[in-house]
Amino acid sequence: MSSRIPGHGGLVNSSKPLTFQFNGKELEGFQGDTLASALLANNQLLIGRSFKYHRPRGLVASGAEEPNGLVGLGEANSFEPNARATTTELFDGLVSCSQNHWPSLEFDIGYVNNYLSSLLPAGFYYKTFIHPRPAWKYIFEPIIRKSAGLGKPTKGKDPDKYEHFYAYVDVLIVGGGISGLYSAKVAAKSGARVLLIEQTPHLGGQASIDNPLIDQGSIAKWITELTKELEGMNNVTIKARTVGVGVYDHGYSLAYERLTDHELNLNGSRHRLWKIRAKQIITATGAIERPLSFANNDVPGVMLASAVRNYLTNYGVSIGDRTVVVTNNDDAYRTAISLKNAGLSVPLIIDSRPSGAGELAKTARDLGIRIENGKAISIVHGKDRVKGISLCDQVGSGTVLEEISCDAVAMSGGWSPVVHLWSHCGGKLNWDNELCAFRPDTQLPPTGVNGLACLSVVGSANGDLLIDDILRVTYEVTLRVIKELGLETNEAPLPSTKGIKENSISAVWKMPYGASTKLKSKTWLDFQNDVKVTDVELAAQEGFESVEHAKRYTTLGMATDQGKLSNINGLAILSESLHKDIPSVGTTTFRPPYSPISMGSIAGEARSELFQPIRKTPMHDWHDKHGAKWEPVGHWLRPYCYVQKGESVKQAVFREVTACRNKVGVLDASTLGKIMVRGKDSGKFLDMIYTNMMSNLKLGKCRYGLICSENGFLIDDGVVARIDENSYLCHTTSGGAENIHSMMEEWLQTEWWDFEVYVTNVTEQFSQITVVGENARRVLEKLGCSKICSDSLPFMGWVDEKVFGVDVRVYRISFSGELSFEISVPSNKGLFLWNEILSLEKEFGITPYGTEALHVMRAEKGFIMIGDETDGTVIPQDLGLDWALSKKKNDYIGKRAHQRLYMSNPERWKLVGLESTDGSVIPEGAYAIGLGENEVGQKVTIGRVTSTYYSPTLKKGIALGLVAYGPDRLGETIQFPTLTNSVVEAKIVSPIFYDPDGFKQNV
Amino acid sequence: MLLLNCPYCNLSCEETEFQAGGQAHLKRQSVGSSDQEFESYLFARKNPKGVHFERWQHVNGCGKWFHIARSTVTLEIFGSYSAQTLSPPKQIRVNINKKLPEWRWESSK
Repeated sequence: MSSRIPGHGGLVNSSKPLTFQFNGKELEGFQGDTLASALLANNQLLIGRSFKYHRPRGLVASGAEEPNGLVGLGEANSFEPNARATTTELFDGLVSCSQNHWPSLEFDIGYVNNYLSSLLPAGFYYKTFIHPRPAWKYIFEPIIRKSAGLGKPTKGKDPDKYEHFYAYVDVLIVGGGISGLYSAKVAAKSGARVLLIEQTPHLGGQASIDNPLIDQGSIAKWITELTKELEGMNNVTIKARTVGVGVYDHGYSLAYERLTDHELNLNGSRHRLWKIRAKQIITATGAIERPLSFANNDVPGVMLASAVRNYLTNYGVSIGDRTVVVTNNDDAYRTAISLKNAGLSVPLIIDSRPSGAGELAKTARDLGIRIENGKAISIVHGKDRVKGISLCDQVGSGTVLEEISCDAVAMSGGWSPVVHLWSHCGGKLNWDNELCAFRPDTQLPPTGVNGLACLSVVGSANGDLLIDDILRVTYEVTLRVIKELGLETNEAPLPSTKGIKENSISAVWKMPYGASTKLKSKTWLDFQNDVKVTDVELAAQEGFESVEHAKRYTTLGMATDQGKLSNINGLAILSESLHKDIPSVGTTTFRPPYSPISMGSIAGEARSELFQPIRKTPMHDWHDKHGAKWEPVGHWLRPYCYVQKGESVKQAVFREVTACRNKVGVLDASTLGKIMVRGKDSGKFLDMIYTNMMSNLKLGKCRYGLICSENGFLIDDGVVARIDENSYLCHTTSGGAENIHSMMEEWLQTEWWDFEVYVTNVTEQFSQITVVGENARRVLEKLGCSKICSDSLPFMGWVDEKVFGVDVRVYRISFSGELSFEISVPSNKGLFLWNEILSLEKEFGITPYGTEALHVMRAEKGFIMIGDETDGTVIPQDLGLDWALSKKKNDYIGKRAHQRLYMSNPERWKLVGLESTDGSVIPEGAYAIGLGENEVGQKVTIGRVTSTYYSPTLKKGIALGLVAYGPDRLGETIQFPTLTNSVVEAKIVSPIFYDPDGFKQNV
Repeated sequence: MLLLNCPYCNLSCEETEFQAGGQAHLKRQSVGSSDQEFESYLFARKNPKGVHFERWQHVNGCGKWFHIARSTVTLEIFGSYSAQTLSPPKQIRVNINKKLPEWRWESSK
């Protein structure tokens, strides 16, 4: 059984016990424990169930690479699924639970899959569930969906806070092991600004476990002193609990800091996403030990040799009382030696190499440990935990030589450099036969904006495993990096070390080499996704020869660990099956993030009211107080209507329309886009921007204009006013102001840079109030306007007036068909003027109206709305706006496009009015059907509804739509099927439903 | 995320300050152009493995449009320059040839 050993564990404080929960059980750990080490100390070896076969699984690793130890953490809306027990710091009151089992961790019904495993090979869901076809939708898919995934997320709103953080430094160092720390010292001594980040809470890395001699002293002392020295330098920042998750184009780096996860009820943001610009990046991300592939290598109690050593040295926890060590390299001997020195039993070291290990083997032998060279594990015995192993020769098919009883197995398949960050940004890899691993190809590093290396790699991440090499290369690389920054130093001399020379690793991708199918079908490559040696072999056999295809077919290397343990072993099996060498098979692409980060950290502060800015007019608060039902228009909020007491939204709209048609309505039109175009070439410029002529517009006059894209499609419309000889004010749609302003700038800067024209977006500088209705003129006169009679201010004209001492500009334009004035006033006087107008409410029967009444009235008049009648494929000719396309001009944006053949195709759908024969409102977006069917058996469509309303004025449903040959078919009836399978019949009519002669706007 | 140098601000800024505007040095085709010329102007764009000339606007900065020469392979940027020109200036071509001696400017039709 796994247990705590008193007197061991450098990181735990045994005088500070903590209480925590796992699956409802109260357990005890120590300050400094991880959740993983605390569970192991309580003999909780079984921690979860595997994804596909629901096999019992225990911890395999002790760090970020852990594939099995995924738990649910916390409670209620702070609950977090798939958290790694190995990277979760223990605190008093921690609540955790295991995942992926039913009804319980110890007894899981899903384990039946284990016995059905021959029916569930790689890609089984592509093969097994094909027939009968309907069964997929109703039986197979719902069951598979239910069993897919690991932990379940919470459904409530996340109560925690998250933040983004920006950092600009000279050198970013990722990884706080000895190479990262030493590199930081060399860089910092040169005067560079250094940020060092470390994913765990502690600095020192693997060396602090293995304890090599440095400068004739202990490494622990060296690490402590160096850390203290760095912390004392004001050009150095060290951040623990911060993992480098990605390096992007031009060296942009992301890091993820966990601020409050290690204590209960800490205040402040929970996670912080760092966005880092460093002139140079050094990754010292270490290496990850690989498992060995032997039968039943997933039984709880089989663990990486380095993890066994880590739990013992840092946390004082033993995985078992009798541990068999199995390896293809020298490093695992350290585990055997540590265990033996702690008084635990190591019955055997199994070394697959016929010649065995170097100096470390001698040490082990001197301690009395039995070593078998050239041997292997044939199979591990036990179900919920290891009971023993069968010894066999590494050559051969696994014939058992000897049965050895044990309760733990420490395995080592060699070390893979963590090359993720190097690869994210384009660094290339080389296969190193000596090391049996991919290591960075320093000739092809990731490059920055100037085409030179922006990222370098040191330590075991570079493939250096001997401390002497690690520190020497770190020194050389860091000096080169700071030289790039124009810096140098000789104040951080290389420490003296003497590492223990090791014999070469041997490539052992299968144990034994000739393992039978029976053994291979129990040999796990990817613990998290339940991928076995036979699955990868099957993928190769079925033609999934590319490593990327094999990954997706078998799911090898997917999910939350992204194959940190399994990738190299998996592709070695693939290359063996394909009879190719490993470099020619290659690796799958490394993509960020290196390890999972919370969704909350990505969102940061951008949530709720901070999600996006809201634009408010000066009258916003007035609207809010008077019952405005809000409608978003771009980033603006506009009143849809003003709901009075006891009234429905629908009734409010009817009331507002009726008031405008019979008395006076006022609208806050401040959101209308306003772009001032000035300069001696303004007229010439606007003649290119608008489809119609603007240069001949008279002073004091307005003209409705259309803007098309170069493609010919209608993108915006609005009224242009000629202000003086060299200036025009262009009104755009509320949502289009920024786009049109930007379009004008683009043409001016990049095509017609010889034009003397200046464009300014003045949308927010002016409030605009529309006064609509028969009594509108009387309202303005009452306000003090004196130049607005029909002679001095005819339709489509403007005048300057003074109202209560405020300069205003009055445009006589109409989007409602009524007599209508738009009063423009500096924004700081917008609310003042609005209040003044509404103070006349009783006298003239003034009613404020919202956007819906505006829409209904413009539809009654057949005026188009950008975004309703247009959708990016509609040209002015489709909307009967040919009159606005100048024939006099040689050119305008969109003119050449309008000459394309398809633009004059008579079959193009054209604007008409539609009236349902029963007076009902035709459903929005409905399509009209014609006779016959298309090539896929659907009914032919001949038109669609673009706007549809109930008209309170005409007391019936009215609609605008685009219909094939529409204008030639006035009076005909067409059919609109609805979503409820009924059909609405509609008559094609003129799009102008109300006051076709324009009498009312001319009173 | 790219680092771009705005030639008007003379500042190196993050990509999020800019908006991309596609291929640079297109010649506008309008009334009088053939269907093929017009189609090519509207839709046909180069997709080179190597040096690419691009339009960018410092939209969250000074608002100015400018051009850059960028390697689509390594993302190296050889320089940025005014959009108010019909071909890349000499200094940009020299910068590119320092890295890629074989490269020659070919104007697009």
